[in-house]
Amino acid sequence: MQWETVIGLEIHAQLATESKIFSGSSTTFGAECNTQASPVDLALPGVLPVFNEEALRLAVIFGLGIGAEVHKRSVFDRKNYFYPDLPKGYQISQLHHPIVGEGHIDITLGDGAVKRIGVTRAHLEEDAGKSLHEDFQGSTGIDLNRAGTPLLEIVSEPDLRSAEEAVAYLKKVHTLIRYLGISDGNMAEGSMRCDINISMRPMGQDTLGIRAEIKNVNSFRFVEKAIAYEIERQVDILEDGGSIVQETRLYDADLDETRSMRSKEVAMDYRYFPEPDLLPIIIDDEYIEALRANLPELPDQKKQRFSEQYSLSSTDAEQLSGSLALGDYFEEVAKISGNAKLSANWIMVELNGQLNKNELDISGSPVSAQQLGELVQRIQDNTISGKIAKTVFQEIWNGNGSADEIIESQGLKQVTDSGAIEALVDEVIAANPSQVEQFKAGKEKMLGFFVGQIMKASKGKANPAQVNEMLREKLKN
Amino acid sequence: MHNKTLSEISSGLKNGDFSSQEITRHFLDRINRLDPELNSFITVTEDQALAQAIQADKMIAAGEQQALLGVPFAHKDIFCTEDILTTSGSKMLANFVSPYDSTVAANLKLAGAVTLGKTNMDEFAMGSSNETSYFGAVKNPWDTNRVPGGSSGGSAAAVAARLTPAATATDTGGSIRQPASLCGVTGLKPTYGRVSRWGMIAFASSLDQAGPITQTAEDAALMLNAMAGFDPKDSTSVDQPVPDYRANLNDSLDGLKIGLPKEFFASGLDPKLEKTIQQAISEYERLGAIIKEVSLPNSALSVPVYYVIAPAECSTNLSRFDGVRYGYRCADPVDLEDMYTRTRTEGFGDEVKRRILIGTYVLSSGFYDAYYLKAQQARRLIKQDFVNAFKEVDLLMGPTSPSPAFKLGEKTADPLTMYLEDIYTIGTNLAGLPGISIPAGQLDGLPVGLQIIGNYFDESKLLNAAHQYQQVTDWHKTTPID
Repeated sequence: MQWETVIGLEIHAQLATESKIFSGSSTTFGAECNTQASPVDLALPGVLPVFNEEALRLAVIFGLGIGAEVHKRSVFDRKNYFYPDLPKGYQISQLHHPIVGEGHIDITLGDGAVKRIGVTRAHLEEDAGKSLHEDFQGSTGIDLNRAGTPLLEIVSEPDLRSAEEAVAYLKKVHTLIRYLGISDGNMAEGSMRCDINISMRPMGQDTLGIRAEIKNVNSFRFVEKAIAYEIERQVDILEDGGSIVQETRLYDADLDETRSMRSKEVAMDYRYFPEPDLLPIIIDDEYIEALRANLPELPDQKKQRFSEQYSLSSTDAEQLSGSLALGDYFEEVAKISGNAKLSANWIMVELNGQLNKNELDISGSPVSAQQLGELVQRIQDNTISGKIAKTVFQEIWNGNGSADEIIESQGLKQVTDSGAIEALVDEVIAANPSQVEQFKAGKEKMLGFFVGQIMKASKGKANPAQVNEMLREKLKN
Repeated sequence: MHNKTLSEISSGLKNGDFSSQEITRHFLDRINRLDPELNSFITVTEDQALAQAIQADKMIAAGEQQALLGVPFAHKDIFCTEDILTTSGSKMLANFVSPYDSTVAANLKLAGAVTLGKTNMDEFAMGSSNETSYFGAVKNPWDTNRVPGGSSGGSAAAVAARLTPAATATDTGGSIRQPASLCGVTGLKPTYGRVSRWGMIAFASSLDQAGPITQTAEDAALMLNAMAGFDPKDSTSVDQPVPDYRANLNDSLDGLKIGLPKEFFASGLDPKLEKTIQQAISEYERLGAIIKEVSLPNSALSVPVYYVIAPAECSTNLSRFDGVRYGYRCADPVDLEDMYTRTRTEGFGDEVKRRILIGTYVLSSGFYDAYYLKAQQARRLIKQDFVNAFKEVDLLMGPTSPSPAFKLGEKTADPLTMYLEDIYTIGTNLAGLPGISIPAGQLDGLPVGLQIIGNYFDESKLLNAAHQYQQVTDWHKTTPID
């Protein structure tokens, strides 16, 4: 049977506030255990939550960024369950009245096709602490530094049909929240993580199959692998005539498998009810419009602009608008060099290659946009050839100065003096009479041989276009 | 000396008639002598009190003028007090020392008051007789075989026995007014949001409100002046200026419209008690008030609605008591489940467990709509009844509780009968209105309280009416013990 995969993602993005959502504690990552836990975070008797309005601002910006309805009245609820790293015994979340309603996010697939993914809602909630199972002689330690960190939970419609789509969607959300400046999206530090709801159904069937939920997956690669594993597991069960158990599963990256955590149907009744310690959040049009007016250029808008303004291909524009930092880098290189397409090529081929090899991202690039811009400019104005430029690039990467300094000190300047080139051409023609004969007999390929010899004699500095032109001229005679 | 009111003590201190040390010592001695029988205190902070008194005397000598400077008082043990045990009447917190002050405690410190100690209460404020306290029942000073009411039974008994001139208290369904009534003292529950809940151990968040228990309405005004105010740490506290609650105490009651909700005088009310209340109301007529019958048609819903909403909120408010971070933890847990189960089984008393179970039930999926949601709808009807009534009258009056103090153990076996103790007080909590109970007579030697209910933020009017009554009657001056 042909099976269709149906996936919905619940993405938790940590909002980039200085302090927690209901207390004044710092949200800085990596502090000594429990040093960022106030009486509120510890849930001491008598403490009360006070809503951090910066979290509201960031959530509304997200809603506007995905064209969603922003609710003027939203309400916090208590989600009740016992867990040692949940100090109050309930999580403050939003069930019935989330801050952000329906919206959508467009993703671009491998074949360049654009697919629209529905976002059901996004709501505000607080993060839990962490249970530490090592170093406590069989007991468990609790670190509440993370407890109360503001999260935006972004819930998608079950519109995703493959691991590829799920990853593309996750990456798009990642790009968006960073563009919007509402989250650093740092997956390694847990600032962004997702729960994957996945089910299978016979191709063509409308109703959804029974789903499993894979909790807390925290990298793009793990999302891809967890989905691949889960598809295989579910299809195996279904094809053996079995049925899927609705449950929560955990992805174990070391074993590359998902396994059951608990059965959802029997386990959890969260007894949601409106949080009586907090008033409903009420905002007005003025509040929303002020934020809308200040929205930054979004990834889709930037992509569009890049292809129009710089005549880039759709793929190039997509890639260069993929992160705010990369887009800014590109625009600066293009501006300095005066050649956008050449700049785009250099960033995506040479620079990206080196960055990937060294596991760096654009913000960690040792070659600044200024430096790359100057290098591309020297290619553009024929000071050096593209080939020599690669050598110069490597020197810049290694910290040996600017393009001009390296070209100057290593004497890499392209030879464009036609007298000098003519001398080289004459020399090579004179030294290779039999090859000249072959060329004249119609062996066009020999042209490459002569170019090679001349470039070699010039140590790569002769202008290849000029060399070509002059060779043809001379060999004709 | 101990029969002096808070106001008299305050002016005595300022006039140099006695020192804060003297008056503090006097009350501490009285507590040491009389409280072993009454059990109205859980903790007596003798050393801290005397140190505060010495400090206060210096400040008085230096001419400082804070309203309550050097005046002793006691806190209900539900208010977190820095470096002092705060138990909420429970084994669960029998070892809990708060690292921070509640706003009420901080405000009273700022006003210069001297803390004598922490008063006994029903466990987590759940009870109407003070019999659910882990630290033992409080005895009513008028008859030590009887209950003082609850949950602020310790505060009411201590003021009645003149172990302290005033005490803080909290009221979720009547927990200030009912014990005040049963002990013959004045107890004020302000409008919801008037006094900050920060640091007040939560029972039912949408109903809890702090207020004072005192001898007189004037003293209640003095205490409320210090306790009330907007607090950014409590999102439900209301940002509205605090008037001087003493400013209108002497206003004339001529033309004041008083409504008597007919539902408060129906069956279930002791006829002799009703007569006492009617006499008090006649006194108001003589003071120039106009009396009129009104109706709160949905008041019969109050008790059932309350016993859905309050347990629902408490069932989750009390989830934090899990043995993980502070408070009681069972011995040698074998695993997490065992730790949770035994900690909470051993740490909570029966009444608390009963309410957690009810609350968990009414919030459960499949029951939520029928109970919690329905109760919230009914709550709006109850509130609307009051709003309608206040279109016709300025204040409402009636009994505080259906009968005077009952015997210890008399109602513990039957929770439903116990719950009916709060039949006249619960509605104001559900509506968020202010109410006061003042001594208005006696039945067989036991005090009877008159309840006055006001419109939102009309505490001044309530206190004015109570004060005027106390100018022409002596019930608030009668004491059970010398």
